[in-house]
Amino acid sequence: MSETLSSQKAYGPVARKEDARFIRGKGTFVDDIALPGMLHGAVLRSPLAHARILSIDTAAAAAHPMVEAVITGEDLAERGLAWMPTLSADVQSVLATDKVRFQGQEVAFVVARDRYSARDALELISVDYEPLPVVTDARLAIDNGAPVIRDDLGQGRSNRIFDWAAGDKAATDDVFARADVVVSQDMLYPRSHPAPLETCGAIADFDLLTDRLTMWCTTQAPHAHRTLYAMMTRLPEHKIRVISPDIGGGFGNKVPVYPGYLCAIVGSMMTGKPVKWVEDRSENLMSTSFARDYHMHGEIAATSDGQILGMRASVLADHGAFNGAAQPSKFPAGFFHIFTGSYDLKAAYCEVTGVYTNKAPGGVAYSCSFRITEAVYLVERMVDLLARELRLDPAELRMKNLLRPEQFPYTCPTGLEYDSGDYPRALHTALELAGYESLRSEQAERRERGEYMGIGISFFTEGVGAGPKHEMDILGLGMADGADLRVHPTGKVVLAISCQTQGQGHETTFAQIVAAELGLSPDDVEVVHGDTDRTPFGLGTYGSRSTAVSGAAAAVVARKVRDRARLVAAAMMEVSADDLEWDDGAWRVKGDPEQARGIAEIAMAAHSGLDLGPGVEGHLDAITVYNPPNLTFPFGAYICVTDVDPGTGQVIVRRFIAVDDCGVRINPMIVEGQVHRGLADGIGMALMQNITFDTEGNCLGGSLMDYLLPTSVEVPSPELGATVTPSPHHPIGAKGIGESATVGSPAAVVNSVMDALAPLGVKHADMPLTPAAVWCAIQDASKEVEAPDE
Amino acid sequence: MQITLTVNGTEYSRVIEPRLLLIHLIRDELGLTGSHWGCDTSNCGACVVWLDEKPVKSCTVLAAMADGRRVMTVEGMARGARLDPVQEGFARCHGLQCGFCTPGMMLTARWLLDHHPDPSEAEIREALSGQVCRCTGYENIVRSVRWAAEYEASERAADQL
Amino acid sequence: MQVPAYVEYEKATSLAHALNLLAKFGPESRILAGGHSLIPMMKLRLAQPETLIDINGITELSFIDVAGDELRIGALTRHSQLLDSPLAGKHFAILPDAERVIADPVVRLWGTVGGSLCQADPSEDLSAAFAALQATMVIASLDGTRTVSAREFHVGPYETVVGPGEILTEIKIAITPGGGSAYEKVGRRVGDWPVAAAGAAVWLDGPRIGAAGIGLTAVGARRFSAREAEEFLRGAPATEESFSRAGAIAAENCRPVADQRGPAEYKRHLASELTVRALRRAVKRAKD
Repeated sequence: MSETLSSQKAYGPVARKEDARFIRGKGTFVDDIALPGMLHGAVLRSPLAHARILSIDTAAAAAHPMVEAVITGEDLAERGLAWMPTLSADVQSVLATDKVRFQGQEVAFVVARDRYSARDALELISVDYEPLPVVTDARLAIDNGAPVIRDDLGQGRSNRIFDWAAGDKAATDDVFARADVVVSQDMLYPRSHPAPLETCGAIADFDLLTDRLTMWCTTQAPHAHRTLYAMMTRLPEHKIRVISPDIGGGFGNKVPVYPGYLCAIVGSMMTGKPVKWVEDRSENLMSTSFARDYHMHGEIAATSDGQILGMRASVLADHGAFNGAAQPSKFPAGFFHIFTGSYDLKAAYCEVTGVYTNKAPGGVAYSCSFRITEAVYLVERMVDLLARELRLDPAELRMKNLLRPEQFPYTCPTGLEYDSGDYPRALHTALELAGYESLRSEQAERRERGEYMGIGISFFTEGVGAGPKHEMDILGLGMADGADLRVHPTGKVVLAISCQTQGQGHETTFAQIVAAELGLSPDDVEVVHGDTDRTPFGLGTYGSRSTAVSGAAAAVVARKVRDRARLVAAAMMEVSADDLEWDDGAWRVKGDPEQARGIAEIAMAAHSGLDLGPGVEGHLDAITVYNPPNLTFPFGAYICVTDVDPGTGQVIVRRFIAVDDCGVRINPMIVEGQVHRGLADGIGMALMQNITFDTEGNCLGGSLMDYLLPTSVEVPSPELGATVTPSPHHPIGAKGIGESATVGSPAAVVNSVMDALAPLGVKHADMPLTPAAVWCAIQDASKEVEAPDE
Repeated sequence: MQITLTVNGTEYSRVIEPRLLLIHLIRDELGLTGSHWGCDTSNCGACVVWLDEKPVKSCTVLAAMADGRRVMTVEGMARGARLDPVQEGFARCHGLQCGFCTPGMMLTARWLLDHHPDPSEAEIREALSGQVCRCTGYENIVRSVRWAAEYEASERAADQL
Repeated sequence: MQVPAYVEYEKATSLAHALNLLAKFGPESRILAGGHSLIPMMKLRLAQPETLIDINGITELSFIDVAGDELRIGALTRHSQLLDSPLAGKHFAILPDAERVIADPVVRLWGTVGGSLCQADPSEDLSAAFAALQATMVIASLDGTRTVSAREFHVGPYETVVGPGEILTEIKIAITPGGGSAYEKVGRRVGDWPVAAAGAAVWLDGPRIGAAGIGLTAVGARRFSAREAEEFLRGAPATEESFSRAGAIAAENCRPVADQRGPAEYKRHLASELTVRALRRAVKRAKD
């Protein structure tokens, strides 16, 4: 269990080490890198969503004076690279050979001397397509008569990918049968996209002399990519180096291996020169990993006085044309089964069916914590609908049903063991911070005046930090993470970690973790990450793993260093190691604390001629691989206040209150920054973000003109609070925060708007709640009033 | 065609194609990679630089249009070792995470403060509304600009003593 | 990022020079002002002119002044200049109202009034604002100048009456005392094109509306205006009831198209709702 962490001097709002380069414009992002002789790649993409390829003519492109290579699927097939494995053990086309299966799919790759010529040369490639029937609606794709998308997997194949279930069906059916009240609702979590500001890209540099491949790449998982490239290209893994330089945001978009990366590698092998490929924004939105697209049917069962008994859900999961979702292999629907939420349920059962459609692959991205965004949205909407049905205040209903602290560790009806939590305290804190009572009074007053104000609550529990190796792997690679710590003779320390930052501040927070364990200043700790040649193996940064897994590894390896230091300190002070205790940044003689040695002097002594005793090696360095015993479970209570203009349907988010519990907070400033972002995400998803398609499969969200992202004007100044319930199993009691607010916030916004529109009879409307969607929901509700159901 | 322009106080002459976008001239020809790009439709603002003392989305102007003019990029904000108060504010107030939108945000903020030395929170949000950040949720960016405004106000007050 | 196709470039030093260049390079040449409508189209390769004629140096086309009883706005005026102009704001509040919701603060520093009008997007806010004001466009060619009313300026989506060899040079609006104007827009988010927008300009005659101009954009209104609603308002009392009726008439007479921004029924409703709101504010300003 963790030590007294509040006394950790190195924790706190330490300024970020990363900032020095970024504020001067001296970051090194992939597109900033220029290598001698470097060429530029561009991808030709299919304009059609589903079509057979009859022929591809690249002669004119190859004849362009600035073009050095043109690659098609046929060329890749010769190298066994026309198809590649996805992170869900499906296969994905790198460059299409037989058919194209989504608009924007990669068909050819041009390598030219400059990026403008590469773009020009794309127009010189002519492809002859035979259009095929398109299916973009998952509900149609699952039907037996739907056009078959994945005929490459075998004849007569349907579009069904998987069926998965969790929980006890019989027990849940029983609970529902006996319940006083059952509320059910269909709801869509629409397709969105993480849209990091920097798009995906890579520079592949294959050295023909040494057969070494160096990849600079926007990847959140450089080691996993290295291993995958080794498996795909059959280059020996020790001859592959993947470097993630500075990354302009990841949010899960930069986890998969994309066809463009492989094409760049092949281009480099063919030309013997470095090949840079960086996608443009439309390519990013149309072909890289989307998020969500879950068609959900939720049911909640309760007693008439508001005790929630059970939850049921069935989900149709739209995975696009290839199953490229990134989640632990035994969990094709990620951790959706946490839809049991933060409540004391008797039973729960969920089923998820995955289906192919003629859309880009992906699904797990955008801070979803492996489908927990979907689960939390579902349960928090259902709870609000139940409150509406029972005419109970939604805060009161939640308070009545939240798990109590004494119930932890708590195993939910679908098998997840929540590590720790004091839920009522978090909710109380949020309600107080919001001034909930006054808000309700204000709402009542405004309603008299015909003004529509909403107050929406979301209470979420999520599980992050995947995860225990025996349960969680991706393509057979267990989800443990390594950390290496080297201590130089002058007591300066280098921590090499496997996870990769895209802005979360790892260079700072991980330095703080190690500094705290070793009694050093964070300035004494250098964090190395992102280069597979210099760092230990790990599965990368996503699903809020960094603090939960890599952070744990950093703490554990620092403690190993500390334990080595104890032996050296004992030799220095000529006492037995058992006579020493660690206190206030030094090894001290028990009962004589003035007799002490700090890490810096111990390091020097370790490398000196001092006789350290039998079996004690002359260094303090250590390595570890941390296999987490469980996920960690951050939680929080969010309250969103909105004002709705029924005449236009416009929604203004007036206030957003967020109380988060992520266990021990290493750097509160960084923690808060993560929450700020997630709240903005929630507003974006709830009100404006949507990647839609027409019936021909044309992607209608292929630019930032139509895929709208929230700006500084739509996001209010958030009001943050915190409670701290340490994780009992994490070495420093920290749980991770990166995705919490993205997980918890959309339901708060939607609940708020539905609350605002309640007097108009609106019960539910799907995200995004654009002005049109809100207005239409109001019209639909008034029509129902006029013509009520039998 | 040949163009000559001044970037961060230094004059450059280059032979370019007329279609070359200003952002590509800055990044690829001049090697000043502090300015970034993030979209195709002039929505994101990662490419904001100053052209003749006004912020511009440099992905939406041709390098040719900058012929004979002055450009300032993030690399030109500091005076030697001395950071601009806006840069200082962003570092102190955690106004950046991944750093990709940051140069554009800072340059627009600098222009705002030059014209409105005491902007309200709403005015700051409005001024930055054409630029996207995916990491910070904007709150700390607003605080960073306020920090710079207050710092400069106190400097001006000190100067007057 | 997407990049334009090959293009030639010329820099005009005067209006006469620009007109001569247009004549020389023919119909595949395009005027380049702020470029914030044209260059994005070129990057997507939806527009592929052969020659660009940069007129940013023709500073005499950038002005806002009052001459006689007309407000004159040079076509090269930047959106931000029109937004911040005390002269424009004093006479026609609808103009800063509209500019405030066009694009974003940085784009407004560079995009021009003339550029946006000539782009002729069916959702262009300024088209509706100038239609409401019954403005006059001045178009120059080597043969001299001609004027066209704002309402006759647009031929169809992305098409105006400005021919090859012609340049829009200024927009003029007659100043009549006793007026008030306003603009109301709904977008999905700040900076978005309108889902629908309405502009109203009214002149009061005691308790009645003497004259009214209503501009509509993004709803398929003919000539970006609501002529039938204007006719109804002439002489009508300046009351909520009149506004409401005018809104209904405006909605009846537009032809909105369903798209990502919303269904036709919703846009039609907005045509009405926003006309009412614009009238309400315009009348209030006229009274003040």
